[in-house]
Amino acid sequence: MARVRPGEAANPAAPTVVRVRLRFAKRGRLRFLSHRDVARSFERAVRRAGVPVAHSHGFSPHPRLSWIGAAPTGAASEAEYVEIGLTRPVDPAELAIALDSALPEGIDILAAAVAEGASLAERIDASRWVTELPGVDPELLRTAVAALLAETSVVVERLTPSGRRQIDVRAALVHAEVGTDPATSGVSPSTGTAASPVCATMATVVRQTTPAVRPDDVLGALDVVAGLVPPVPAKATRMAQGLLDHRGDLADPLGSDRVTTRA
Amino acid sequence: MFPQLELLLPRVAKPVQYVGGELNAQLGDWDSAVVRWALMYPDAYEVGLPNQGVQILYEVLNERPDTLAERCYAVWPDLEALMREHGVPAFTVDGHRPLGAFDLLGISFSTELGYTNMLTSLDLAGIPLHAVDRGVDHPVVVAGGHAAFNPEPIAAFVDVAALGDGEEIVGDITDVVREWKAQGRPGGRRELLLRLAATEGCYVPSLYAVTYAQDGGIAAVEPVDERVPRTVTKRTTTDLDSWPYPKAPLVPLAETVHERASVEIFRGCTRGCRFCQAGMITRPVRERTLAGIGEMVDASVRATGFDEVGLLSLSSADHSEIADITKGLADRYEGTNTSLSLPSTRVDAFNIDLAKEISRNGRRSGLTFAPEGGSERIRRVINKMVSEEDLIRTVSEAFGQGWRQVKLYFMCGLPTEEDSDVLEIAGMAHRVIRAGREASGRNDVRCTISIGGFVPKPHTPFQWAAQCHPDVVDDRLRQLRAAVNSDRKLARNIGMRYHDGKPSLIEGLLARGDRRVGAVIERVWRDGGRFDGWSEHFSYERWTAAATAELEPSGVSMEWYTTRERGQSEILPWDHLDSGLEREWLWDDWQEALAGREQDDCRWTPCFDCGVCPSTGTDIEVGPSGTALLPLAVVNPISSRPADSAHGGVDPGG
Repeated sequence: MARVRPGEAANPAAPTVVRVRLRFAKRGRLRFLSHRDVARSFERAVRRAGVPVAHSHGFSPHPRLSWIGAAPTGAASEAEYVEIGLTRPVDPAELAIALDSALPEGIDILAAAVAEGASLAERIDASRWVTELPGVDPELLRTAVAALLAETSVVVERLTPSGRRQIDVRAALVHAEVGTDPATSGVSPSTGTAASPVCATMATVVRQTTPAVRPDDVLGALDVVAGLVPPVPAKATRMAQGLLDHRGDLADPLGSDRVTTRA
Repeated sequence: MFPQLELLLPRVAKPVQYVGGELNAQLGDWDSAVVRWALMYPDAYEVGLPNQGVQILYEVLNERPDTLAERCYAVWPDLEALMREHGVPAFTVDGHRPLGAFDLLGISFSTELGYTNMLTSLDLAGIPLHAVDRGVDHPVVVAGGHAAFNPEPIAAFVDVAALGDGEEIVGDITDVVREWKAQGRPGGRRELLLRLAATEGCYVPSLYAVTYAQDGGIAAVEPVDERVPRTVTKRTTTDLDSWPYPKAPLVPLAETVHERASVEIFRGCTRGCRFCQAGMITRPVRERTLAGIGEMVDASVRATGFDEVGLLSLSSADHSEIADITKGLADRYEGTNTSLSLPSTRVDAFNIDLAKEISRNGRRSGLTFAPEGGSERIRRVINKMVSEEDLIRTVSEAFGQGWRQVKLYFMCGLPTEEDSDVLEIAGMAHRVIRAGREASGRNDVRCTISIGGFVPKPHTPFQWAAQCHPDVVDDRLRQLRAAVNSDRKLARNIGMRYHDGKPSLIEGLLARGDRRVGAVIERVWRDGGRFDGWSEHFSYERWTAAATAELEPSGVSMEWYTTRERGQSEILPWDHLDSGLEREWLWDDWQEALAGREQDDCRWTPCFDCGVCPSTGTDIEVGPSGTALLPLAVVNPISSRPADSAHGGVDPGG
């Protein structure tokens, strides 16, 4: 910490003694939150909930919240993760309940665990997504997905803050399959999104890359290989994040010692 | 109608601003509500959400058992285009209901540059633009806010202008609408408007006929029905402690211009700055008590989680108990990273103890002062009595105490202003840097001078003044920049920020216009005018072309409304709207200004008969309040105990 100059107040920030990791959901209309919006909501919620959050030092102290791989604006998620630095040990379940009630409806805390062992980044290398495509014929989608999987490399272009980036969707795509009804694919059907009775769904497992392959990029790749363009915007939900095992399943990053706060 | 909107949101910038669902947002039961208000702030969400007026009325109305209020903001052109393409009507962000379904649409105008956005919303909502074309089922469009003190330019588009403080008048309007509906809407829309016109503070433009004289001026403004009063007097809320709103401020999901909780510590100002419409139309001064402020700050922080609380007013350091307030709050929030801010502070009311208390628990930002005028002479004209010696002394002390930056606000284009008045700003900035270096012993002190174009406003002593042409303003600012840069060693520590003067001229047209200006607004809007307060959307050419086309047939012009000085006997478009100030007193004060004579503050000196207290039946309400700020125990809901990972399955119930 820098030495305090005369005339300037010292920042009495208490050190971080323990970290708690949380899994949370971004649901409903709050899927339109950007990562910055989510971060701001958490910063306020930790204050409202009286969480003993540690702060950074200096004259603009910020609460110690560490984020990993945020779902993009417009994508819903059942599996976002954040790590909170605390100035004293607390019961993670109690923290989860207090924080959940301080967060806006739609950002919901799902599980909590005291951080131990490997970092969150070391415990996450892939995501599982479910994408709803209202107005898309499942058979056409099945054909397009098969065409995508048949390739070894399908590149799409995306505008990122650091300029145009070429992204190889196929290389990051571990698994993709088509369903017909959102209710049977494990995601709750969105209310009223479907403008047409036809609605295909697609479940994908995507490896973490830089830049990340987003659900929109997968759709872009389907356009490249099969000319498939959804008539209305698709709706993607991240269902899980974790370490990919040899069977293609994702291991829970919070590990066995997590406290679930929701059935 | 959210499902319809949801399909458009992935295709627009910052969709979060349209989804609602903010912490402390309210969604009343539609079916059980008898009177339903849509409250609009006619600018982007990021500007509109923090607006205190809307937040106050939103709570006040939603607390009434039979009333519901939802919010809406202007949509950006990208979403507007998609809404038109897909037939999606203007909507509220709370219930995502079409604006046309509400009984009342209340629009709060802090600035006249929101007028075109009102037209976009009316049009997107399918509400006829012109009040005269509306039927019994269309919402009653109510304009409020400071710009409502001259609603004549938007007289064709609004049904009612609500003058003055909104807390009580919205309840009265609600009662009138409820009763009319309960009676089966007798007499249709016209009867409702007549009843509203008979309600204190409500001005119904369509019930007044305006005639014009040969010289282009107004000949007469006459009520068209005997139930309609000749003049409409503003409303004034007294005893602010009994109106502690907002109790639970909205916490935006999207980023907004003010990321803080705000507590209004007093309303009104009697400093008497002659350019300041807010100070004139919100008189008299009514302070919230120390205890009342303490309770509101506590409630706001608990309800929001904001880490900054703004103590708002027109001149916050003027609160009679400001030292106790800031010390008490700084003590209470010691060690919690909760900072205070005093957005409007005068040099002469400022002291370093105050500044230290404010920055004790949080971030130490720069200090901001508003001398407004560069020369002693022009400051006498505008009655902003701050001496350069006071400023330098204050700034030196601040730099000596560790501050590194000051911002100074000025206006250009003030009545009687000459080049030399503006050029003195450079000398002042140079002295600030020299004094700052000396006091701090460092070279890296900074001074930012920020300059806005002066716009004469209704209900001020400058309502008769000629607005300075933007070319003159721009030229003076060019000269000022050269003068600042004349000393390179000082200039590198001085930042200068100003916008070109053209938007100010349009603001001037809209501020002092009459009903004929409405056609200009409509033509600008039809030509694509949107978000006129945003430089990237504002088009001076669009406004001047529309003004030429619409005004010249009536024998008036942009210049006639803006750069022309008015005479004492001219009927001003807002003369039938009573802000409490005596017209004669305003004229005398205008003459005093021209003679360069200042006027004292009546809080501490005898009354100078501006007329507000007797005409509005109010009085100055200032401390000492005899109350104390009670320390509050900080409640921490999370107990301190070691992690117990053995149990699971708890439901936070969120």
